[in-house]
Amino acid sequence: MVQFALWDILGFLVGAMRWTVLLSLIAFAGGGLMGLALLMLRFAKLPGVGTAVAWYVQLFQGTPLLMQLFLVYFGLALLGWDTSPMVAASLCLTLYASAYLTEIWRGCVMSIPQGQWEASSGLALTYAQQMRHVILPQAARVAIAPTVGFLVQVIKGTALASVIGFVELTKAGQMISNATYQPFMAYTLVGLMYFALCYPLSWWSQRLENRRLA
Amino acid sequence: MIEFDFGVVLAQWPMLAHGLVLTVALTLASAVLGTALGIACAWARLHGGRALRSATSAYVEAVRNTPFIIQLFFIFFGLPSLGIRLSVEVACVLAMVLNLGAYACEIVRAGLQATPKGQLEAAMSLALTPWQTFSRVVLPPALARIWPALVSQIIIVMLGSAVCGQISAEELSQAANLISSRTFRSFESYILVTLVYLALAMALRQCLNWVGPRFIFTSR
Repeated sequence: MVQFALWDILGFLVGAMRWTVLLSLIAFAGGGLMGLALLMLRFAKLPGVGTAVAWYVQLFQGTPLLMQLFLVYFGLALLGWDTSPMVAASLCLTLYASAYLTEIWRGCVMSIPQGQWEASSGLALTYAQQMRHVILPQAARVAIAPTVGFLVQVIKGTALASVIGFVELTKAGQMISNATYQPFMAYTLVGLMYFALCYPLSWWSQRLENRRLA
Repeated sequence: MIEFDFGVVLAQWPMLAHGLVLTVALTLASAVLGTALGIACAWARLHGGRALRSATSAYVEAVRNTPFIIQLFFIFFGLPSLGIRLSVEVACVLAMVLNLGAYACEIVRAGLQATPKGQLEAAMSLALTPWQTFSRVVLPPALARIWPALVSQIIIVMLGSAVCGQISAEELSQAANLISSRTFRSFESYILVTLVYLALAMALRQCLNWVGPRFIFTSR
């Protein structure tokens, strides 16, 4: 029977944690860009587009992330693309993050007084200019705390990528548990590592929120 | 050309129905117990002693900053080493209750804190006991205030229950896994079950929005 030193286990988990961080960053950056594009479409007053974006959001917020992962994973295979779990998970979490972020940011844009829209259109700014120079800079101040808070949700969401076979922190924990027969130790360590990633962000988000309200 | 075959998937409808029933049962059990736990924790954070307050906030932060799947694995695979052996369904409900309890605690606390001071003074001058004040004066309007947020959180927990299939609870997502491996129609199985979840989420929101004002915080 092979014995594993705690040191080896920790090294393995930290190695896997880098993949959790990488996947979170990809999803957050991709989701942010796509969420911004969707936000622009949502307020563009094009017929039908706003409703379509609302349905997109409802679709992602009303179904389990796990099912979304399976659908993307098997859907890409169905289209004939030979995908790795990494690509499928990145794509799925990007779409997931874009739906949530565009909904969070919609609330922030709605909180900007109507007069700002009227004044900027009175100055003959185009829609893109209004957004770029007037609305988004003000909405961004409101948006920063909930956006940081959502990053925590993305990190927790990446744990489900383990189910389609991507070796990140959760999958690494399962492997350690299977190899050492010590699930209690394995999942405690993994839980603590997620906590170490998420808690500073939660704390920061809360502080930003308090500061804004103060 | 991709050809879909929903027929073979739909032929397995008893499995889907069975999964749906378990998902609904898990959700109802954890919604009731989780909300109760959330209210208890919110009370503890506002009125408890120092030790109780820090224990509650440690619990809330631990749950809110770790993924649900790890909480579930910890309860189902980890706890037996401490001699606590739970059946699959009990482990799922326990994980969901603990998860909802932590989020509900924060939601309910926000509602409790928004109680106008005058109401507390009025309750005191009517010689209500602290328990009567909490249960009859403070809590019902607080629940009415935060009901939409609580409903959203219950729906998030319902959707999260898809993960319970990973410890082989035979709920809806596990039904999709089984059907997909029986029929080799993965995409069809998952899209069908995903749509069932979507319908369930919408129905649950309607249902809770109807139940809340009538039975939970009856406004007279």
